[in-house]
Amino acid sequence: MSLATAETLEDIKARNKALVAEVLEVYPEKTSKRRAKHLGVFEEGKPDCGVKSNIKSVPGVMTIRGCAYAGSKGVVWGPIKDMIHISHGPVGCGQYSWGSRRNYYIGTTGVDTFVTMQFTSDFQEKDIVFGGDKKLAKVMDEIEDLFPLNKGISVQSECPIGLIGDDIEAVSKLKSKEFGGKTIVPVRCEGFRGVSQSLGHHIANDAVRDWVFDKQEGKPARFESTPYDVAIIGDYNIGGDAWSSRILLEEMGLRVIAQWSGDGSIAELEATPKAKLNVLHCYRSMNYISRHMEEKYGVPWVEYNFFGPSKIEESLRKIAAHFDEHIQAGAERVIAKYQALTDAVIAKYRPRLEGKTVMLFVGGLRPRHVIGAYEDLGMEVVGTGYEFGHNDDYQRTTHYVKDGTLIYDDVTGYEFEKFVEKIHPDLVGSGIKEKYVFQKMGVPFRQMHSWDYSGPYHGYDGFAIFARDMDMAINNPVWGLAKTPWK
Amino acid sequence: MTQTAEKVIDHFDLFRQPEYKEMFESKRKNFENPVADAELERVREWTKTAEYREKNFAREALTVNPAKACQPLGAVFAAVGFESTLPFVHGSQGCVAYYRSHFSRHFKEPASCVSSSMTEDAAVFGGLNNMVDGLANSYAMYKPKMIAVSTTCMAEVIGDDLNSFIKVAKEKGSVPEAFDVPFAHTPAFVGSHITGYDNVMKGILEHFWDGKAGTVPALTREPGEKLNFIGGFDGYTVGNLREVKRLFELMEVDYTILGDNSDVWDTPTDGEFRMYDGGTTLEDTALALNAKATFSMQEFCTEKTLSYIATKGQEVVAFNHPIGVAATDKFVLELARVTGKPIPEAISKERGRLVDAIADSSAHLHGKKFAIYGDPDLCLGLAAFLLELGAEPVHILATNGNKAWAEKVETLLASSPFGKGCHVYPGKDLWHMRSLLFTEPVDFLIGNTYGKYLERDTGTPLVRIGFPIFDRHHHHRYPVWGYQGGMNVLVTLLDKIFDVMDATTNVAAKTDYSFDIIR
Repeated sequence: MSLATAETLEDIKARNKALVAEVLEVYPEKTSKRRAKHLGVFEEGKPDCGVKSNIKSVPGVMTIRGCAYAGSKGVVWGPIKDMIHISHGPVGCGQYSWGSRRNYYIGTTGVDTFVTMQFTSDFQEKDIVFGGDKKLAKVMDEIEDLFPLNKGISVQSECPIGLIGDDIEAVSKLKSKEFGGKTIVPVRCEGFRGVSQSLGHHIANDAVRDWVFDKQEGKPARFESTPYDVAIIGDYNIGGDAWSSRILLEEMGLRVIAQWSGDGSIAELEATPKAKLNVLHCYRSMNYISRHMEEKYGVPWVEYNFFGPSKIEESLRKIAAHFDEHIQAGAERVIAKYQALTDAVIAKYRPRLEGKTVMLFVGGLRPRHVIGAYEDLGMEVVGTGYEFGHNDDYQRTTHYVKDGTLIYDDVTGYEFEKFVEKIHPDLVGSGIKEKYVFQKMGVPFRQMHSWDYSGPYHGYDGFAIFARDMDMAINNPVWGLAKTPWK
Repeated sequence: MTQTAEKVIDHFDLFRQPEYKEMFESKRKNFENPVADAELERVREWTKTAEYREKNFAREALTVNPAKACQPLGAVFAAVGFESTLPFVHGSQGCVAYYRSHFSRHFKEPASCVSSSMTEDAAVFGGLNNMVDGLANSYAMYKPKMIAVSTTCMAEVIGDDLNSFIKVAKEKGSVPEAFDVPFAHTPAFVGSHITGYDNVMKGILEHFWDGKAGTVPALTREPGEKLNFIGGFDGYTVGNLREVKRLFELMEVDYTILGDNSDVWDTPTDGEFRMYDGGTTLEDTALALNAKATFSMQEFCTEKTLSYIATKGQEVVAFNHPIGVAATDKFVLELARVTGKPIPEAISKERGRLVDAIADSSAHLHGKKFAIYGDPDLCLGLAAFLLELGAEPVHILATNGNKAWAEKVETLLASSPFGKGCHVYPGKDLWHMRSLLFTEPVDFLIGNTYGKYLERDTGTPLVRIGFPIFDRHHHHRYPVWGYQGGMNVLVTLLDKIFDVMDATTNVAAKTDYSFDIIR
């Protein structure tokens, strides 16, 4: 159903406000007050979305959020392909996050690259009781022995590490010295820290600053710099996203010297302060290191959005504006080159998707960044929210959402289900934990973390895939079968 | 540019196009500081050697690609098997996000579970407030009939006491006094997911049988004729429990399945999301005390539960994930013995059909060498079936297998001529398996989805049997237990064997022979 034609804006706002009031009724009073701050209706002209964010989740409500370890190991560090990332603590965290994030890379896994492997110190009771530092040191020795081509090690702390008082920094320093100055990065990303994945991103960013950049000071780059060197920051190469982005930057005449962190390598991290510009896709997870590089090394950064042709075009010009006419002409050339593809994709899919409504609940940048891509296909995002966004995310969201959009921060399973049940969008975009809930309800769904095992969705090549996938979800004949005919 | 609107290509084909291949090469050469090709090749070959194997097996601290998960995963699996029960994991919230994702990826189903979302302040002051608020919220929102509490390692390290916390929560009115909140401590740094299953199953039975944490009188056992059945942590629980129920019904056995999650992990798409579906009723759970006996399909997954049940005066009978003719015979015979029920002709015929199928196909199985990894009981069940088929389970590995398990496997191997030269590897991981597959190669590997990395590295074809299976769909709906289940496993093995035969004989003008139409 299309909300734009079915109801007036005032009707939609009233309905959304009533819906918020309705879901809050289920909670005990204290929780109702807490959750009320996270639910709202966007009012055009306001500086943010009117919701509180980056606050502790309420116990027992079925938050969709993860933890700091997930933010560091799963998001920031895990994709660095030629390092070995130790899930330090009990076996589970590393097991559940093993190979599930689809940050594609190229390499000989187990020999010179290690992303889709699970290295763990597999803590036992005795490690909790007596401490795990000795074990960690031995783990590192064994890594050096069995995986001699690794270019570095990171220690991804799980909950017990910070609770039992282990000194992973001392072990890392000692072993780095022993291994001839090898980069060994202790990361204090215990899952109980902070309120979500978000603090893990921050801690992981700081670890790059402290244990990678500081070590590099004064060392020359491995390559000759050019005026057109840029680094892609905050692209995790889900389904190859960073690749379908990189190709556009290179086509416009820029040279990409590093990818953070999808298909990234330690050499690329080290070289990044030499970039002329950092282009930042996922602001939430990597703004910290971008700001640091700006302050310390004078590397400016610019946010961009490679979802959907409108935003891609805008972003290519925005990036080009940081360079000379040669690059600016390059941006125009790229836009022109892909125009025919974009037109053909829209001609094919827009008629099938026009007026369809979408509700999103994702992490990082996607609750706002993908809206333009949907709009390029004639679709409308009627509700959105962040798993672990901060207020600066909600401020940025105001540039994307329409008046009256339902906003839900750190949505609970119950709220999301009720919202979808009442609004009945044509598509829900969220994660694996939500996928089957909504499909059971007969609502088309796409996973918007993993691209539902498809992708890439970034760039012009990715937009064609995005359009195809949204069409295949919404216009899937199976949804016509969900209702039992004799009931 | 090769992308077109007519035929949209995604990651499978997109990145094989020349413009991308060129980009990858340039990235690698100019910016990745790559290892020199010759050195890469040298190390790659070295990892295949006996020398490497020896180093690999000398590991004492590092675990690489383990085939086990942590306790609370099993806790959640057990808890959802009870009627309208919400699993509540006390500790960090990220863990729960992981369990839910893990189950959804395997079963392609929603996985409902909550956390008490403990953070830094709870690490300092304890998680009592999180328990009090958490139970109140869960109860109000999700209207469960029971909340089954377990723990993450965070709560265990700081020493939160579930029993007293739940008592306090009840005093504060989080849930009604009489509301069932069984609990079990499930530290991730002890055992594995099968231990968590065991602890929660035992915790729930204790709750109902032993007076609900001192709030009501303990139940007195009044021995009856019913049979209890526990499946254990099992990726095939949907198909298996349904198959077992069918057998019980054929034999007219009066049964209670404890932890029946076969419906909640297989809900229909009909417009309604069922957070809870099916499950053992709380009434049946309490009455299970009176059963004549309890059958467990997985001994190593229910050790504490079974010894607890035995103390109540019930006979306990344990199997090791029985697969195949002899293992199912034993199950059916034990069923007949304990219940006194005759084995109907229908079951005898099913048995005969499985024997028939094995006889038809054994030429393709005889003498084939297999490596197996998985949970301890599953490994035993599969190994026994392979021996029965005349195949050789050369490497049998369980990361969460202990010494007692290894001895049991040794005994099994010694019982068959096909077990000669086969070895058991308790506590080892899939990186050990990688060495084994290089230095002592086999024809096929049986394992979960992660085995695909071993298949890629070593060229050993993977037969997907185990948990988790993320990259193939719907196999959890088909049983591996019962004669029918044995048939499914047989066909799964044969399909792979035949596919490999065809794939290695299909090059025209080179291997045209052996590319047979009849096999």
